[in-house]
Amino acid sequence: MKGPTLPDVSRRSVLLGTGSLVLAFSLRPASAQTTVQGSEAQNFEQVEQAAPDLPGSLKTNPQLDSWIRIDADGSATVFTGKSELGQGIKTAVLQIAAEELKVPFAELKLIGPDTSLSPNEGYTAGSHSVQDSGTAIRNAAAQVREILIAQAAGRFNLAADTLKAENGAVIAPDGQRATYGELIAAELIQVQAQPTSKLTPTDAFTVMGTPQQRIDIPGKVTGAPAYVQDMRPDGMVHGRVVRPPSPGAQLRGIDTSSVEAMPGVLKVVKNGSFLGVLAEKEWVAIKAMRTLSTLAQWTESPTLPGMDDLPQKLMALPQEDGIVADDRRVVNAAATHEAMFTKPYQMHGSIGPSCALGVLNDGVTTVWSHTQGVYPDQKAIAEMLRVPIEQVRVIHAEGSGCYGHNAADDAAADAALLAQALPGRPVRLQLMREQEHAWEPYSPGMVTKVRASTDAEGNVVDWTYEVWSNSHNTRPGPAGNLLPARYIENGFELQTPELKITPEGNGDRNSNPLYAFPSRHVVWHFLKEMPLRVSALRGLGAYMNVFSIENTMDDLAAAAKVDSVEYRLRHLQDERARDVVRKTAEMFGWKAGQVAPQNHGYGFAFARYKNLAAYCAVAMEVKVEPETGRVRILRASSAADAGEIVNPDGIANQVQGGIVQAASWTLYEGVTFNDTRITSVDWSTYPIMRFDALPSKIDVEVIPRPGTPFLGAGECSQGPGGSALANAITHAIGKRIFDLPLSREKIKQAATQA
Amino acid sequence: MVALTVNGQSREVEADGDTPLLYVLRDELQLHGAKYGCGLGQCGSCTVLVDGEAVFSCVTPVMLLEGREITTVEGLGTIESPGPMQAAFIEEQAAQCGYCIPGMMMRAQALLQRNPGASDEEIVAHMEPNLCRCGTHMRILAAIKRAASQMQTASNKPAASNQERAG
Repeated sequence: MKGPTLPDVSRRSVLLGTGSLVLAFSLRPASAQTTVQGSEAQNFEQVEQAAPDLPGSLKTNPQLDSWIRIDADGSATVFTGKSELGQGIKTAVLQIAAEELKVPFAELKLIGPDTSLSPNEGYTAGSHSVQDSGTAIRNAAAQVREILIAQAAGRFNLAADTLKAENGAVIAPDGQRATYGELIAAELIQVQAQPTSKLTPTDAFTVMGTPQQRIDIPGKVTGAPAYVQDMRPDGMVHGRVVRPPSPGAQLRGIDTSSVEAMPGVLKVVKNGSFLGVLAEKEWVAIKAMRTLSTLAQWTESPTLPGMDDLPQKLMALPQEDGIVADDRRVVNAAATHEAMFTKPYQMHGSIGPSCALGVLNDGVTTVWSHTQGVYPDQKAIAEMLRVPIEQVRVIHAEGSGCYGHNAADDAAADAALLAQALPGRPVRLQLMREQEHAWEPYSPGMVTKVRASTDAEGNVVDWTYEVWSNSHNTRPGPAGNLLPARYIENGFELQTPELKITPEGNGDRNSNPLYAFPSRHVVWHFLKEMPLRVSALRGLGAYMNVFSIENTMDDLAAAAKVDSVEYRLRHLQDERARDVVRKTAEMFGWKAGQVAPQNHGYGFAFARYKNLAAYCAVAMEVKVEPETGRVRILRASSAADAGEIVNPDGIANQVQGGIVQAASWTLYEGVTFNDTRITSVDWSTYPIMRFDALPSKIDVEVIPRPGTPFLGAGECSQGPGGSALANAITHAIGKRIFDLPLSREKIKQAATQA
Repeated sequence: MVALTVNGQSREVEADGDTPLLYVLRDELQLHGAKYGCGLGQCGSCTVLVDGEAVFSCVTPVMLLEGREITTVEGLGTIESPGPMQAAFIEEQAAQCGYCIPGMMMRAQALLQRNPGASDEEIVAHMEPNLCRCGTHMRILAAIKRAASQMQTASNKPAASNQERAG
């Protein structure tokens, strides 16, 4: 991925009215060639780092004014390249900026991802937002504040260390005061950040570390236009697309004349097998789309594997092995425990089908999208439209929660294509429910195998683990990763992912247990062929790998006749891990040897997300109806350690949500299909969690770690949440189920056999 | 032309009679609270009140609604002066992405208008049709309970509030 040269230029021209082309290029330091293995936020690709020594996203965007702008009227604006996805990032980065800049929270303005305005931070993915963007904004804000203090020191003729910043002004002990607006000159902060900053210590925090109400919620609960779905620019028309009936289908023929003649229809768009319609009114567009669907003649082919024996089919796919951990020693094993776990394809299932707005004006296509990555989409859409990248601008606008790579980027591409047909008119495209369900990229089906050897006390002495999985990442990037780009004339091919073993992990994420096992071997059998469209769902492989590890740890604890919390602590050396385990047990009132009421069960699980982000443990009590297999979660407790805390209520909301979402995956979810078509096309054919299976409360405590780096927390609870639920069900029914989801039928069958 | 009463106001809109209410609200009246989620009556994100009952606006043709009272989330209050249900959702921070939330609020409003003293079990059973994918369920329930207690307090003191208004 190229550095953000172009956007920097256009950003300056937008903000300052000067196309500081020379400045932007001259500021690139010689170290810009340095590349590192990218994170999930960078699509696991190597990226240029203009300043590898700087913290967070300053590495790739080192200019202070990429992050903070102070205007002559004293108003301060914060820029982030991370998208608000419902995780509360807008509020969190404003808390960080307010704290370090010493400007009141309510007075800060925020510019979100926009290829003409914001820094390029790749994707909003992998729980990186506070870690990367938050760290950059924190350091940039602190450095801007110190620059302004230094400026005031010169003006007051006083030593800088006698001055303090407060409420958007610098104040001297003698009462002299200069506002940031009075002190600022644009060039003061048109400089590269320094490696170290004078950060505000935790004990002096007034904004960070305190629960902050989210800035977006009042608008969302009162009907303010809050989402891309709500945008209604003048002259807007409604677009709908017709998706093929199945992934292998090609459009054989269609007579569109009857649809073109429908009152209110503006245009039918046909480009290869890409089919869409534009109308003045939304309902007319929908009716026209439905008519087009019935008129279109498709050639379908059976490209799907069918669901029978899916795990065996996955394991039989061509594979390349990636060694995640190889630290084998000769051990004395008293016993060996083996298990195999299977997970179906699962979907993001956003409540709002993906939507985008596109407009072609003067040769430039502007797209508003709820994408997680405006810059990657800009590149992919330009490639699809076969125009220079300067002729595409992508601006983030919020949508329904996506939980990863859903159909957001496809909808952005759909809107861009439709906009080409009606220059000057903004085109609003929303997918229909069945299109979102059937065409979003799923979390891959997975198989795992554990072989754990234990000593005479039942402690693990060797851990051998295999995971069979596709890549969990087919994001754009390349145009072929946008669904409509594959169907247009001279269409693009999906870029087949390559096996990469990275610190953050992909299908192998969290496959290497954090437990201190003396001997281990972990391998990812990377499945290159992708019979179903797959990509990133919250946590990637972490959910399934943690599920496999934590289910097994409970079975090993049972075999060793040791309490499962105690058993985990025996194998955990990381003090912060031990703290979340102990804290969760204490919150829950966990007791060794506790006896549950009949048909109740207690479950516990732990993971550190990616083995390098937030720590989280979950304890849960469930009630199972053996005669129906129905599960109700009665209560749950969770402690998390996310490093330095920005918004404790935001973390709690994410942890609670993650536990519920994982409970839904664990109990109900699996995409269905035959050999040709996806058959999970609505909420009746893909059921998810409803209120009646949930408790009234999930207690979350966030362990404070003052002065430590931020640890991404947005995806930390899915693994432990799903596993604690499975362990609680096992405790209740006396039998473990190894095949996800833990459906009513399987639970009923297991409970009656037990 | 269809004549509707929305949030207490008479509105005339240019729409075919078979148009689902959802599109009339959003596209003709610029009321964005109700959201398209499924178009099938399966998720509840389009929920509004018709004569006090929660209905799926995505499957309710507008021709059936002449002369009936339609209430959307915009009818519960404003950002400057949120109604009890909205204030409760803000207070409990009962949203992640928030897309399902207006539908949740309208379904809860239908119950609490009828029965502000609804039990926890009644609330859970009543909210069953509405889906949330972020996992905000517990906060949604907490917000509904908070709204219920505020509504009960308000309805127990009608004289006081009338006096305040008169004063």
